[in-house]
Amino acid sequence: MTEAQFVALSPLILVGLAALVVMLAASFKRSNGLALGLTLAGFAASLVSLAWAAKVAPVQVTPLILIDRLALFYLGLVFLTGAAVALLGHGYFEKRAGYRDEFYMLLLMATLGAGVLVATTHFAALFIGLELLTISLYALVGYTRTEPRSLEAGLKYLVLATVSTSFLLFGVALLYAELGTMEFGKMVDLIRQGGHRETLVNGAIALVGIGIGFKLALVPLHMWTPDVYEGAPAPVTAFVATVSKGAMTAVLLRLYLLVGGAIPDSVMTLLSVIAILSMFVGNLLALLQDNVKRILAYSSIAHLGYLLVAFIAGGNFAPEAVTYYLIAYMATSLGTFGMVSVISGREREAEELRDYAGLFWRRPFEAGVFAAMLMSLAGIPLTAGFIGKFYLLAAGVDMGAWVLLGSVVINSALGLFYYLRIVASMYAAETSAKPGAAAREVALLGSATLAALALCLIWLGVFPAGLITLIRSAVLGV
Amino acid sequence: MILVWLILIPLVGGVVAGFVGSRNVSACRWISLVALALDAALAIGMISQHLGGFQYESSKVWFEEFRASWIPVLGISVHLGLDGLSSLMVLLTLFLGIIGVGASWSEIQERAGFFHFNFLWIIAGVLGVFLALDLFLFFFFWEIMLVPMYFLIGIWGHENRQYAAVKFFIFTQASGLLMLLSILALVFVHRAGTGTLTFDYSELLGTQMLPAVATWIMLGFFIAFTVKLPAFPFHPWLPDAHTEAPTAGSIVLAGILLKTGAYGLLRFTVPLFPEAARSFAPVAMTLGVIGIIYAALMAFSQSDLKRLVAYTSVSHMGFVLLGIYSFNEFALQGVVMQMICHGLSAGAQFMLVGALYERIHTRDMGKMGGLWTTAPAFGVAGMFFAMASLGLPGLGNFIAEFLILVGSFQASVPATTIAALGLVGATVYSLWFMRGAFFGPNERGWTIVDLNARELVLIAAFVIGLVWLGVYPQPVLNAVAPVVQSLEKMTQPVTAALLRS
Repeated sequence: MTEAQFVALSPLILVGLAALVVMLAASFKRSNGLALGLTLAGFAASLVSLAWAAKVAPVQVTPLILIDRLALFYLGLVFLTGAAVALLGHGYFEKRAGYRDEFYMLLLMATLGAGVLVATTHFAALFIGLELLTISLYALVGYTRTEPRSLEAGLKYLVLATVSTSFLLFGVALLYAELGTMEFGKMVDLIRQGGHRETLVNGAIALVGIGIGFKLALVPLHMWTPDVYEGAPAPVTAFVATVSKGAMTAVLLRLYLLVGGAIPDSVMTLLSVIAILSMFVGNLLALLQDNVKRILAYSSIAHLGYLLVAFIAGGNFAPEAVTYYLIAYMATSLGTFGMVSVISGREREAEELRDYAGLFWRRPFEAGVFAAMLMSLAGIPLTAGFIGKFYLLAAGVDMGAWVLLGSVVINSALGLFYYLRIVASMYAAETSAKPGAAAREVALLGSATLAALALCLIWLGVFPAGLITLIRSAVLGV
Repeated sequence: MILVWLILIPLVGGVVAGFVGSRNVSACRWISLVALALDAALAIGMISQHLGGFQYESSKVWFEEFRASWIPVLGISVHLGLDGLSSLMVLLTLFLGIIGVGASWSEIQERAGFFHFNFLWIIAGVLGVFLALDLFLFFFFWEIMLVPMYFLIGIWGHENRQYAAVKFFIFTQASGLLMLLSILALVFVHRAGTGTLTFDYSELLGTQMLPAVATWIMLGFFIAFTVKLPAFPFHPWLPDAHTEAPTAGSIVLAGILLKTGAYGLLRFTVPLFPEAARSFAPVAMTLGVIGIIYAALMAFSQSDLKRLVAYTSVSHMGFVLLGIYSFNEFALQGVVMQMICHGLSAGAQFMLVGALYERIHTRDMGKMGGLWTTAPAFGVAGMFFAMASLGLPGLGNFIAEFLILVGSFQASVPATTIAALGLVGATVYSLWFMRGAFFGPNERGWTIVDLNARELVLIAAFVIGLVWLGVYPQPVLNAVAPVVQSLEKMTQPVTAALLRS
């Protein structure tokens, strides 16, 4: 390994190292604060090393990993999100009995997996990253062992994710058998040249698509989402909704940029159907829920549907639109699930809609932040969500994808309905709240994280130019 | 820069009022009042320089302009501009804003800080809508005013507030997204033609496009604006929102928010797509006429006073739609007059009904009657605004509706004939309103406190405004003359043909 390769890989190495250090530290002294400190130090070190790596990028490190601008950008996103989840998790687990250190270790491992995913150009590395992420998540989802629901969610995730991964693996195996390579670039070239068994390759791509679609929770592979989101501890839900989906989107974006928009019409039609179904199923089912975590779970299904619209529309705006939308989505999802974890009490999580009754008057700061997050999800101006939606529509209009745009408009109205339901319950009179859900103490770190997120959202909603320039330089570098 | 201050003052004032409100309610009312008064002084000072002496120099299109880069990569800038039309709308907005704070002085006791925060942010959003000359910025403000309005209805509204607030929000938001699609389509058509990506209003004016494309894009704008106006098939949100909103909410809804729809039609739909607008005129005029008659009938059949006034708004806005799509000077001048006068008369009526509700805690006309004897000043004020609403000569509304009908007569005789029946309808529902609330025997034995000094001052402001506009409307007509003339010119068949070639 040359020096440049080592430098380029340093962000990933540092995160892996941090996981080891946290594990070792836990065997000497068990402390929530210490583990958090080490984790944050790890993330901070890798974030700093990104700047270092940027100087040598793009670098191909072994055939598996490519550290280019796109990878660096998404690595930064993933690490920042991971750090925010760690901060949220600190307050959440502080309130609960049991060991806490392993949470950080697993979190770091999962983030490392996601980091491998965003930098991969090879299906072998894709599989490694995916497994690292998913296996850590099995444990994270079932982390609160004393709660049957958490365990159930962990088990459900385990079974379904394993099945979906095996689909992916089978697809990759078929592709390898037919094309003789697992590198993204070479594969795309070979497929373009032709001379292979069309049906076999198409079938294999479909199998890979199932693996990816499962992680993104697109309809009809979305069934696990509400149950897992509901059962998992709230900070972990935040992680599943953001890092895991964000990393997969990065993979998709990389493939998309390699293919260069030359996607067959039949695939486009299929993707359109999936996007429209995801929007409608997500939003319509969210209307029927009374559980905030489930509402947000269904809403995340719909949001990935929106995201897919930008992909399908294609055109110049697509990569930017996807990335901006994803960032807005990640920041807001982190914020909303973070809110659930911050205001949850010792006995149970604040997940029923009525647990939020009167929150505006009880805890105005948290409620204000939560309302801002929900408005961002709904795409109201002054928030990043609005710029995201604007970008999405711009990409769609640019390419004249009117059917998809029509669905986006209808679904935005549907979505508004349940976001407003949550907002309305926050300023309703505080009569029906069930005891046990409200936190008595304020989680300072968690609240500070949320405040920072809210500021970030509003900043990106009002001054998006800086981020847009950054995104452009990242996606155009591929 | 002064235009930026116009928007910033209420924004900052709102934040300050919101913080102060939790400790000192009366201070927060005063802060809101001072912020709006300061804003109004600023606006009057600036506008009187340009409209002063009733003479208007038509050499410059915008007499105040502000431009700063915002998102250069997408061709979006902060571009604000003020002309005769937006001047009048800004003044109306600030006038009703001050009235709104005054009208809620005793009504809003709970969470007053948050109330005034929302109220001032609505005002700021509306001012932004009237000043924005960048389509992205316009949409930005268009949406921004919704959220505080939603809170205003949802938190301080009456019994059925939740339903009304959500309905209001979804109607306007969904139609707003259609407009956003249209804005984007227009921008990309413009880019295809010229190679530059820009959201700037003055650059997008006169964009060349196929008639079919223009019609589709125009429809997106049209629907968004007629939902807000509202015109006939898109009006169902309005009676609920107006009825359930607190008094100040109803005043700004009827007085200003509806006018943003009319303003949008005048500023964007017609100038950006003159030809498409012209071929669409028969449909729009029909919708306007249906709105006038239908809403008048609906108003007559209400027993809830606020609902009645709400339906009269729909009826009066039908005249606006009819007038805009007549495309001649008379009608367009009438439209602007109608926007202002309806803002005043409907605002005043909502204020009166709100004050009445505060005293007797019902809006049901069946439970009222004979209130004139116990509160004569109330009765006189009610009578005055009922007369204004039915178009009594000498008051501004008469001038407005008369001008619109004169203008639309040249465009379509049948439409005008039917629309004129709306005036009969207006007489019926206005007198019905008076009879139900103030005349007849006082069966329930109400004894209520008459209008107090604060309310009398506010009412007097409305009265002076309406009489002035009715007797001497020339300053308003002068102020909008250049806008109206250019609108008339661009929609004439000859110019349209020139544009095509």
